[in-house]
Amino acid sequence: MDEKKDKKRQEKEFEPDLSVDLAGIVLKNPVLAASGPFGYGHEYGELTNFKDLAGIIVKGVSLEPWPGNSPPRISETPAGMLNAVGLQNPGLRNFIKEDLPRLRNCGLRLIVNVVGCTMDEYAGVACGLAGEVGIDGLELNISCPNIKAGGMAFGTDPAATRQVVEAVRRETKLPLLVKLSPNVADIGIMARAAEEAGADGISLINTLSGMLINTADKKPLLGNTFGGLSGPAIMPVALKMVWQAAEAVKIPVLGMGGITTADDALQFIMAGARAVAIGTGLFYNPELATVIKTGLERYLKKEGLLNLDQLEGIARS
Amino acid sequence: MGPGFCRITLAAPDIASLVEPGQFVQVFMPPEHPHMLPRPFSIYKADAENGVLTILVEIKGKGSRLLADRGPGSFLKLLGPLGRGFPPPPPGSILVAGGMGIAPLAFLAESVNKPRTLLYCARTADLLVCPGADLDLPGLQIIRATDDGTTGIKGTAADLLSGQIEGAPAVFACGPRPMLTAVKEICLRWGVNAWLSLEERMACGIGACVGCVVLTIDGYKRVCRDGPVFPAEEVILDG
Ligand SMILES: Cc1cc2nc3c(=O)[nH]c(=O)nc-3n(C[C@H](O)[C@H](O)[C@H](O)COP(=O)(O)OP(=O)(O)OC[C@H]3O[C@@H](n4cnc5c(N)ncnc54)[C@H](O)[C@@H]3O)c2cc1C
Ligand SMILES: Cc1cc2nc3c(=O)[nH]c(=O)nc-3n(C[C@H](O)[C@H](O)[C@H](O)COP(=O)(O)O)c2cc1C
Ligand code: FES
Repeated sequence: MDEKKDKKRQEKEFEPDLSVDLAGIVLKNPVLAASGPFGYGHEYGELTNFKDLAGIIVKGVSLEPWPGNSPPRISETPAGMLNAVGLQNPGLRNFIKEDLPRLRNCGLRLIVNVVGCTMDEYAGVACGLAGEVGIDGLELNISCPNIKAGGMAFGTDPAATRQVVEAVRRETKLPLLVKLSPNVADIGIMARAAEEAGADGISLINTLSGMLINTADKKPLLGNTFGGLSGPAIMPVALKMVWQAAEAVKIPVLGMGGITTADDALQFIMAGARAVAIGTGLFYNPELATVIKTGLERYLKKEGLLNLDQLEGIARS
Repeated sequence: MGPGFCRITLAAPDIASLVEPGQFVQVFMPPEHPHMLPRPFSIYKADAENGVLTILVEIKGKGSRLLADRGPGSFLKLLGPLGRGFPPPPPGSILVAGGMGIAPLAFLAESVNKPRTLLYCARTADLLVCPGADLDLPGLQIIRATDDGTTGIKGTAADLLSGQIEGAPAVFACGPRPMLTAVKEICLRWGVNAWLSLEERMACGIGACVGCVVLTIDGYKRVCRDGPVFPAEEVILDG
């Protein structure tokens, strides 16, 4: 009887530590907002309190403003969605002037997703952000399937990946994550190319290339014809690629793709992810970070674990 | 309401006390369907005193079917009020509603008591689903029309508007894209100010994802945040 009570009290007092170090970026818990769905954070900031989110990866920033693709840009699919936003963004200068000051004050780790059509553009964004206060890391998006030139081309060829990562590496001392495309034959090769070129971490997966046709007007549904599939439908694919990437490299991995529960997040961690990001899941539930954070805490308590260290990649051992 | 449509009344005091005509809510899907996006619906009625909102739903696909099948007393999660609504209509304004476009315009009609005219149009009589009693408002003249003549005048919204627009200070419209395109063209020709409420597929509903854009003279704008109501001369509807 007393023993039972003791155990209960112990469980209560015992507060697991969810913090992780992602490539030199210290996070209070392993849950980040994925680049894109969260925009530049202002809108969701009005809506949910940020206390359970560790950080935000802002939407892709290019050197000059990009207009984005023609609508329709999104469509729901079974347990997921297609998007072809086309990386609409205000460009580096406007980002620094308008968005960065607001982001600095939101009390979150801030990772900037960098996009470009050429190597010089990628390097230019990294260089332009170099002196800015309040940025904790960069995520190099060499994997967006929604733009016609560049983008994914860098992410599907190991030699090009190496070149673009090296070019950005020269411009920045910030922790550098490289975001890989799932639209490749061997994710391990791409992950290793990024690591060898100086990446501090690997981030994956971006969306899977896809499309839909509207049979009523006999035309592609998306304005851009092709888009990227995200959401729970891609979760098993993402998990496998995180597993393979984690096996291929020594640097930490940020896992994402279809996470909507704490159990999903745990699966990514057990496959080898240091931290996770949530995108489409936020649309279903703007409070998802809280759900995942409390779920992780509960799991660690149940397992009697003090932190997430022992769980990282445990399913592979 | 007729088959294929339903009216949902929701206790949502916070939203009911804030919402303006033309604004909308994102309705989240029931928890048994955790992998579906929320659906946007215009506010049809808002009773701030009793904290009650009403939406009109046309059953089109899986999401609207799920909502229609919810029984009385069930719980739905809402986000709102969202977007920018209509400016107040000056006396003598014309409101053009095509099909379910009636929802925000009935709310707009109710929000003022100056003289105003509602052109309520649809393809056929069964699609004019708004209960007559809800539109029985002082100072509101209603003209109904159907493309096939099964009720009211035989003709389109554009036909009707062309006959009514002379002398009107402003036009407010919501309905299918082709109708809005015609309304815009007529209003520009007559030099009458017009506001159009647009629809686009949405994910976040709050302006973060830039998924729901419409082309305007200033580039792409977000229907959920910069709209859904736009000045007619700003939007490029075939873009
Ligand atoms: C601002 C705004 C106000 C609206 N107000 C009303 C209203 O008052 N009454 C009403 O009946 N309908 C309204 N709609 C349309 C309504 O949102 C769609 O009919 C509904 O989302 C269809 O969902 P579904 O699952 O039944 O159809 P499906 O075709 O299965 O939906 C698939 C996906 O496409 C989206 N979608 C399909 N049609 C539309 C559309 N026309 N507009 C936006 N997204 C769409 C859905 O949200 C969903 O993500 C409004 C739309 C917008 C943008
Ligand atoms: C609407 C939308 C916009 C996105 N924009 C970007 C972007 O700007 N840069 C990027 O690297 N990834 C972008 N992504 C991809 C996500 O960051 C993420 O990799 C992918 O959606 C898989 O995660 P999820 O299933 O949790 O959404 C976008 C995804 C969505 C749905
Ligand atoms: S739905 Fe996300 S910006 Fe409008």
